[in-house]
Amino acid sequence: MANLTFKDFKSDQEVRWCPGCGDHAVLASLQRALPKVSQALNYEKERYVVVSGIGCSSRLPYYMDTFGFHSIHGRATAISTGIKVANPWLTVWQACGDGDALAIGGNHFIHAIRRNIDINIMLFNNQIYGLTKGQYSPTSKLGAITKTSPYGTVEHPFNPGSLVLGAKGTFFARSLDVELALNEEIMTAAALHDGCSVMEFLTNCVIFNDGAHKDLSDPAVRADHTIVLRQGEKMIFGKDRDKGLVYDGRKLRAVHIGEGGYTEEDILVHDSHADNIGLQMALADMKGPQYPVALGVIRDVKDITYDDGVRDQVKEVTAKSKIHSVDELLRSGSTWEVE
Amino acid sequence: MQLTGSLFADMSAIYGNGLSTFPDYPAEIRAPHGTVSGVSGFQVHIGSEAVETPGDFCDMLIAMNPAALKANAKWCKRHAMILVDEDAFDEAGMKKAGFTTDNPFSELSVEDRTLIIAPITTMTKESLKDSGLDLKAILKCKNMFTLGIACYIFNRPLQPIYAYLEKKFSAKHPEVIAPNKKVIDDGYNYAANVQAIPNTYTIEPVKSARKGTYRNITGNQAIAWGLLAASEKSGLPLFCGSYPITPATAILEELAIHKSLGAKTLQAEDEIAGICTAIGASFAGNLAVTTTSGPGLSLKSEALGLAVMAELPLVVVDVQRGGPSTGLPTKTEQTDLNQALYGRNGECPIPVICAHSPANCFFAAFMACKIALEHMTPVLLLSEGFLGNGSEPWLIPWMKDYPDIKPPFAKSLPAGEKFKPFERDPETMVPQWAIPGQKGFEHRVGGLEKTHAGVLSTDPANHEMMVRERAEKVARISKDLPDLKVQGPESGELLVIGWGGTYGHIASAVHDLHDEGVPVAYTHFDYINPLPPNTAEIFSHYRKFLVCELNSGQFASYLQGLYPQYRFDKFGKVQGQPFLVSELVEAIKKEI
Repeated sequence: MANLTFKDFKSDQEVRWCPGCGDHAVLASLQRALPKVSQALNYEKERYVVVSGIGCSSRLPYYMDTFGFHSIHGRATAISTGIKVANPWLTVWQACGDGDALAIGGNHFIHAIRRNIDINIMLFNNQIYGLTKGQYSPTSKLGAITKTSPYGTVEHPFNPGSLVLGAKGTFFARSLDVELALNEEIMTAAALHDGCSVMEFLTNCVIFNDGAHKDLSDPAVRADHTIVLRQGEKMIFGKDRDKGLVYDGRKLRAVHIGEGGYTEEDILVHDSHADNIGLQMALADMKGPQYPVALGVIRDVKDITYDDGVRDQVKEVTAKSKIHSVDELLRSGSTWEVE
Repeated sequence: MQLTGSLFADMSAIYGNGLSTFPDYPAEIRAPHGTVSGVSGFQVHIGSEAVETPGDFCDMLIAMNPAALKANAKWCKRHAMILVDEDAFDEAGMKKAGFTTDNPFSELSVEDRTLIIAPITTMTKESLKDSGLDLKAILKCKNMFTLGIACYIFNRPLQPIYAYLEKKFSAKHPEVIAPNKKVIDDGYNYAANVQAIPNTYTIEPVKSARKGTYRNITGNQAIAWGLLAASEKSGLPLFCGSYPITPATAILEELAIHKSLGAKTLQAEDEIAGICTAIGASFAGNLAVTTTSGPGLSLKSEALGLAVMAELPLVVVDVQRGGPSTGLPTKTEQTDLNQALYGRNGECPIPVICAHSPANCFFAAFMACKIALEHMTPVLLLSEGFLGNGSEPWLIPWMKDYPDIKPPFAKSLPAGEKFKPFERDPETMVPQWAIPGQKGFEHRVGGLEKTHAGVLSTDPANHEMMVRERAEKVARISKDLPDLKVQGPESGELLVIGWGGTYGHIASAVHDLHDEGVPVAYTHFDYINPLPPNTAEIFSHYRKFLVCELNSGQFASYLQGLYPQYRFDKFGKVQGQPFLVSELVEAIKKEI
């Protein structure tokens, strides 16, 4: 197998995102993650298909030197689904924004998750419509002032994590555009997961929503305002690693270790493989100032995938059927002869 | 009534009669029983010659209640026989159907027809009182009692019906086989004994029929099988992404059965996902299809434009129904033609082809796939509710006699060169098809305008060139199409023009006129865009043109735009019903 490097995944097209846009970082992470994925899974480059809808982040397929499909607004998930069902051997990566996946494409998004089709969805969440120049999105915070909400929005945002877990998604991970190593880590985990993997990248739009995630991405506060969850590890966070998450019997709490009677013993251990979605949902829902925002792989469970189901059923029915050609089909059932 | 009708039709087909059927049912699953709007009908036309339409007027009407009589009495010929279930003609039933006197026959002016007033419900109950079935199940059998009567009147052997019942019910409901047989027998014997039936009829098998194996087939089933045939011929797995919609759903249902032929069906979350999953499947190298009806086609418009732009093969089947909006979901029309031709943003031409009879749906679906795959374009196949639900006997073909399908697969690249996804064959303007997984052929497609190399471009000249090239690619398909044929004089005063599912009716009308010595010519279009290669040549032989279609003149306007030197007169009908042969005869006569 060819030893692929990030250069193999870089196309000759000029990247046209604004300087400082968070999408650059996610693209770079993907170009670095895929060689590792290829190594781990023994994949050739021609096996990758990168699909997108419409929006700034949806330009991503042009920047990847793989097979690519830049489709129409909201429909990337449906296109990806068709590609994967048609040829399950292909490995499908999808780039979509918060408006693309959760507003116009919301229906396809939840149904891909429900079906557990084996595709990897990278959701670039900058909480704004960038390409149309600054209208609020379904993840814009309540009260967000944008071009179409000059007095602030009066609608609640989606939390993509709760949406995915609510649809009984089998994989959800979150990262920040600037966390390059973590981006690669969750991309690799998504690739290894059989089923619909949703990765939310909190990205910064420098032009229309600059600093939307500053409260998380600012190096001065990042360690205290986020927690990176890792399978089997204690849920500890903070610059001084002195804070953690506990479950007090009724709800999740963020506590200082050594204060209020909490010791390291009390800190929860992350289990992304737990089938029970309750705690994972609570983790995905966490937001400041009461809680750190959860990053890393929040849920990663095994379940049957749609594409395997389709393939297996074709095999099973074919083995039992008496009809194996169109000539046989046309002559099945009631027929009569004219001599 | 739908089951009884289709059973009688199947038995007639097996017997070797010419046959055409037309189920006409309300949109509601359980429409208000006994009301005129809730009547479900099944029209069967059999003959000892080939039969081309379900017929305008009937020789026999079976009305199971007063509402059915009221809804259909006007279709009875002068000498028609009317069989009714006397038990249903009680005060309540008559009132529900809106009769105001106690004689429904004179109220409808059909009292002079041959009336067979039989206590069908009572006799069915009597027939099955020892069957062990409960009353509800017994009452369901009364249609079978009437089938027995019909079999007597038309001298039909009962054995094939028994065989059908045994095959259908032996696995799951063996207990209903014997009661159904008994009630059919009793109906048959009742008819033989009652002395109310003046004549019986024997419709001989069609003698002129071509030798071979036949079957009865509906249009929807034929489309599904035609798609499977194209899948086999092209060697590409079939993928169908669809959302259920009347009257197209049966195609998806039929394909879902045939996984043993490699068909993958995806019941999508909506119409848009139906076409988009199909576009994805096409990109990944499957023969991709989506099936729908008018409202669904509206939802698919944007994605259809994407398939045009990405230059991917795709077949979109539209089984047309009455519109606009939800319209008349269970009724037939040809009102989506403009939508098929023009219903997309930008300049976005696609091939539009149609089927002209239920059995012809097989060939039409096969050709839709062949054109899509060989010319790298989405193709719109127009069927109609009338074709989809209707059935006719079909001389079953052998696949070896069908043409090959050869998609323009990208095969090799000069060393160091990148694949250019929109570089065209100079002859056909068709680009090559490189499929993900093909080493070295990595490329990107999408909705944005691109150069031949597949690079994004907003260059004005490039855009105009690509628009023209995509149009030219579709226009050049004409060379591959069969010539238009004319029935009747090869030149003269009037050319009658039809397209799609009106073929049987118009052909019958023209034959009737020929029998009367009226020298009218008729041509029928199976290919709408592009038109067959000899279209202009055919038109040049006539002075007047009459386009008959089940809309207000969409095809006529289309032809008018392409051939402004002629005047295309319109005969349109927009009632959710097929033409009557009689009204066509009248319209054509007026034109001469």
